[in-house]
Amino acid sequence: MIISKYDPLKQEQFQVLDSEGKVVNPEYEPNIDAKTLLHMYRTMMLARVADIKALQYQRQGRMLTYAPVQGQEAAQVGPMAALEKQDWLAPAFREFAAMLYKGVTLEQLYLYWYGNEIGSKFDEGVNVLPVNIPIGSQINHASGLAYASKVLNKNEVVVTYIGDGGTSHGEFYEGMNFASVFNSPMIAIIQNNQYAISTPRRKATKAATLAQKAVAFGIPGIQVDGNDVLAMYAVVKEAAERARKGEGPTLIEAYTYRIGPHTTSDDPTIYRKDEEVEEWRQKDPIKRFKAYLIGKKLWSKDQDAALATELETFVTETFKRVENSDNPSIDDVFDYTFVNNPVELMEEKEKYKKYLKTTFLSSLKETSKANVAMKEDK
Amino acid sequence: MAEMTLLQAINAALAEQMRKDKTVVVFGEDAGFEGGVFRVTKGLQQEFGGDCVFDTPISEAGIIGSAIGMAVNGLKPVAEMQFEGFMFNGFNQIAVHMGRMRNRSRGKYSVPMVLRMPWGGGIRALEHHSEAVESFIAHIPGIKIVIPSTPYDAKGLMAAAIQDPDPVVYFEPKKIYRAFKQEVPETEYIVPIGKAKIVQPGEHVTVVAWGSMVREVQTAIKSLEKDNISVELIDLRTIVPMDTETIVNSVRKTGRLLVVHEAVRTLGFASEIITRVTENAFLNLEAPPARLTGFDIAVPLPRGEHHQMPDPKRIAHEIKKLVNYKV
Repeated sequence: MIISKYDPLKQEQFQVLDSEGKVVNPEYEPNIDAKTLLHMYRTMMLARVADIKALQYQRQGRMLTYAPVQGQEAAQVGPMAALEKQDWLAPAFREFAAMLYKGVTLEQLYLYWYGNEIGSKFDEGVNVLPVNIPIGSQINHASGLAYASKVLNKNEVVVTYIGDGGTSHGEFYEGMNFASVFNSPMIAIIQNNQYAISTPRRKATKAATLAQKAVAFGIPGIQVDGNDVLAMYAVVKEAAERARKGEGPTLIEAYTYRIGPHTTSDDPTIYRKDEEVEEWRQKDPIKRFKAYLIGKKLWSKDQDAALATELETFVTETFKRVENSDNPSIDDVFDYTFVNNPVELMEEKEKYKKYLKTTFLSSLKETSKANVAMKEDK
Repeated sequence: MAEMTLLQAINAALAEQMRKDKTVVVFGEDAGFEGGVFRVTKGLQQEFGGDCVFDTPISEAGIIGSAIGMAVNGLKPVAEMQFEGFMFNGFNQIAVHMGRMRNRSRGKYSVPMVLRMPWGGGIRALEHHSEAVESFIAHIPGIKIVIPSTPYDAKGLMAAAIQDPDPVVYFEPKKIYRAFKQEVPETEYIVPIGKAKIVQPGEHVTVVAWGSMVREVQTAIKSLEKDNISVELIDLRTIVPMDTETIVNSVRKTGRLLVVHEAVRTLGFASEIITRVTENAFLNLEAPPARLTGFDIAVPLPRGEHHQMPDPKRIAHEIKKLVNYKV
């Protein structure tokens, strides 16, 4: 058992792979089949490439505000790989890699950040909640999903994410307490990426670790090297088994770092030094996982180069489709307000449609011409 | 048929719906074992067990937020706020998630839940226990709001709210929880959400009210009989979606409108009703539409609370002013 062995109050941190990709904790090296290991790696790489491209697209004025994930891929892919298909993910807003692994498509993720709600209409059987921006509120949804799983005997474990900054939030405490008191099958992962926008972790709480907050809820908590995909996998695997056996929630602190800005609107050079970022680049989660896979003879440098090219093409083509996608229709904008929409809401819609069609038809045509021109400019 | 108070009717509706649908769960602060501070959920835990009827920590965001999660994942939560004044602790979940989840997931996830709360003043309660907060919720797209004024409607509206596929906020006028009894069918029936009720037809003026104000208006109307003033009283019953048609048709007939509510005046729901009537029946109006509401003040403590609650005398006074209006 890993979780009971690492005491957050003693600031112990669980690790399997060191930053060079060497197994330093062979006792707990998880037994993962080659196919899954390679799928994990591929997803981390896809997230990395898509993330870097999204930032570039935004800088080119082709993408809207975006919250980059670079550096946190292990803290997201490891846990998702440890889950079953039916399990839930209730993300915050930076879980790009976790969502990809759980079955949300890149096109959907891009569509969402491109400003279209259709990107949050995930495929049937993909148990993932939409990106959640109001800090902390997803913990309460997760506890509700988990309670339903428990009473309806659905055998679904719910994983939810929050940032280090989010742990200051009342909803974090309310959600954790709810899940704990009802012994619901929930796992909360704090991605401690060291900053809440510009506010460093030490200014948000006097607690030595975030994992130790589990003590007050009466549940197990553990701090894990969040850049170590195998450690994250192993811990979530164990937490999920506990949850499935009816032993309740677990709180996991993934100790990691946000290499990029908080969002594309943020300038991290204001509040942190380049040397600090450089230090964390040395602990890169993908670099060490690659070294591990190559060491196991499951992967090679040639394969890696080929994958990078393949993903680059895939991401570029996906974004092209997103750029060429239609804006939401008027029906889409209105119709999902209620299951059975009130008559007057539908009348509002029809009036607006009529306005668009008749009164300002000429100006509408001009607008669409302008849109086409904008696209051609690109 | 059975004689029931409004409170008993809500209890009967919850029990009836839980017997019918095993996914209905009822919870809130003290709502399980003791049946809530008003005893609305009394006896339910004994009948349906602790997984389906339970006490929660004092945690409004936890109650509402977890209800949203439960609703997304196959349960039909009926969650209780102990008092409407504490809703604000969980208001984030109401405003940013409850009514939005369906829209923002483009229909993948719906939130079929009911959020119950005692509502309004008139019971000489502590601070923050006497507010009429319907407008706060009405400003959020995607949420329905009902407020019954009789035991019959209370039971039928609760059945409708539980069976509704969208989130419904169900306000319980605490002043009339036990004020009177009414014959209520013991078998299931539905009072549809979105339909106002003409409590009594009349000729000279339309009065729209809801919750505990309906009884106050009825008393006022009786006092006006000697003056030969004929009032059409409409119980709105549903705030969202509002039954504009019934009100507009009535005003087209009477030419005069008074809206009575407990909530403070500015952006109280009277504003919306009067606007819609003005938009749709402007040329039928014989007098400017009027409202009698709470003042724009914090609800006074019990010794001064009566100043804030429209009473039959003031209602009758406003009706007379409207009927005697001269250009």
